Amino acid sequence: MDRKDWMGLLARAPADLLDRLWRGVNMAPAFRWLRAPEVGGVMVQGRAGGTGAPFNLGEMTVTRCALVLEGGAVGHAYVQGRDKRQAEQAALVDALMQGPEAGHLRAAVLEPLLAEVQARAGLRAAKAAATKVEFFTLVRGDD
Amino acid sequence: MYVAVKGGERAIENAHAWLAEERRGDPAVPELSVAQIRAQMALAVNRVMAEGSLYDPDLAALAIKQARGDLIEAVFLIRAYRTTLPRFGSSRPVETADMRCDRRISATFKDAPGGQVLGPTFDYTHRLLDFKLAAEGEVPPAPRADTQPGAVPHITDFLNRDGLIQTEEPSNAAPPDLTRQPLEFPANRALRLQALTRGDEGFVLGLAYSTQRGYARNHAFVGELRIGRVPVEMEVPELGFTIQIGEVELTECETVNQFAGSKTEPAQFTRGYGLVFGQTERKAISMALVDRALRWRELGEDDLGAPAQDEEFVLSHCDNIQATGFLEHIKLPHYVDFQSELELVRRLRAEAAAGKEAAE
Repeated sequence: MDRKDWMGLLARAPADLLDRLWRGVNMAPAFRWLRAPEVGGVMVQGRAGGTGAPFNLGEMTVTRCALVLEGGAVGHAYVQGRDKRQAEQAALVDALMQGPEAGHLRAAVLEPLLAEVQARAGLRAAKAAATKVEFFTLVRGDD
Repeated sequence: MYVAVKGGERAIENAHAWLAEERRGDPAVPELSVAQIRAQMALAVNRVMAEGSLYDPDLAALAIKQARGDLIEAVFLIRAYRTTLPRFGSSRPVETADMRCDRRISATFKDAPGGQVLGPTFDYTHRLLDFKLAAEGEVPPAPRADTQPGAVPHITDFLNRDGLIQTEEPSNAAPPDLTRQPLEFPANRALRLQALTRGDEGFVLGLAYSTQRGYARNHAFVGELRIGRVPVEMEVPELGFTIQIGEVELTECETVNQFAGSKTEPAQFTRGYGLVFGQTERKAISMALVDRALRWRELGEDDLGAPAQDEEFVLSHCDNIQATGFLEHIKLPHYVDFQSELELVRRLRAEAAAGKEAAE
């Protein structure tokens, strides 16, 4: 899991789960805000016909922040929704993942988070699979 | 014209207090939570997100609660909130081919690769009221099945491989944004798609239906309808790379329409496209039909004078917030306007009466 992967995971993670896992690691690193959490919008684009020219579909809410740890590591977060605590925790994880705590955080926060996100997606996929139509051909009489 | 009128403050305050009480309803009945609306009124939430043009299910649920279930009022609240948000940027165009589909059907190919997946649909229900829902009760878990790995390609991809359908030319042109610049005509397709995806479901449905009934008929098949979640990615300048910033649920409809062709170019199917926030398939199909009707000029078709072909008519009237704003303002005080009209009518009547007397 590289930085791009964990930032994406933290962006879409359920905020309550991230909060529980973050509290579980019991870390309270000193940091300074480079950009305090702020809520804003991102314009989501689609493509005409799925593959053609881009068009503006509508906005989504996003919360972002940036911070620097005492050791100098900079953490960024862009998370979906309006949860400033999630953004702060995501930025802290991002910063700590660049230091010696990376292995611990990966095992205690990122991997359980990924497992949960994948389990939720897998459950929906399994329910969808159960609604797949199995066509069969009716046999007509001799002709 | 209307002028400021003073003197109604107390009446307004009391009206709003009563509104709050009516919104709450009978205190003996438990209050609805925003989480309940989000989870159990999900399709209303989706509509408010689509027409409010802001993907945030919690906010949409709150707006529905505040609006007492009036969805256009809820859309209004979301649009007003949206204008307070700083814009962090634009996403990369979402890749609907990578959608994790809850539903995916084709009306044109029975054996589409990836299969026909019905998902949580109202289709094939009998539309009989289910009185069991009036009582509280547990719902049995939905059945599950093993998933098969493999891509779920767009149906139009394999039509396109044989050249049977018109190609959507990829481009990276920055699209116009009607939330930033006022609508101008003629509008390009990107601007039309933006207006349609946030347009009023009822209005877009009515226009789509008009094309089916013969007003600029274009013989649409639903080549594919898919509903599911796609990742949203954005390039973050301070990082210098692209990250996923979340995921959105979308409904996409691709129609396969009657062909165009000429002596020099072989016959080819044409396309209409609908893409809408949330599980909103009626809207997505409607959008695709209207998109197709509006493309008459670029596809070299005749202007039949049908409402669904008239982009100025369609785009100027599909926004329910603009429409309701202008419509509802006429109930606000117009005392001075009306006074002048009243005086005019009285004078005309007096003049007519005087003329009649003089003649006699």
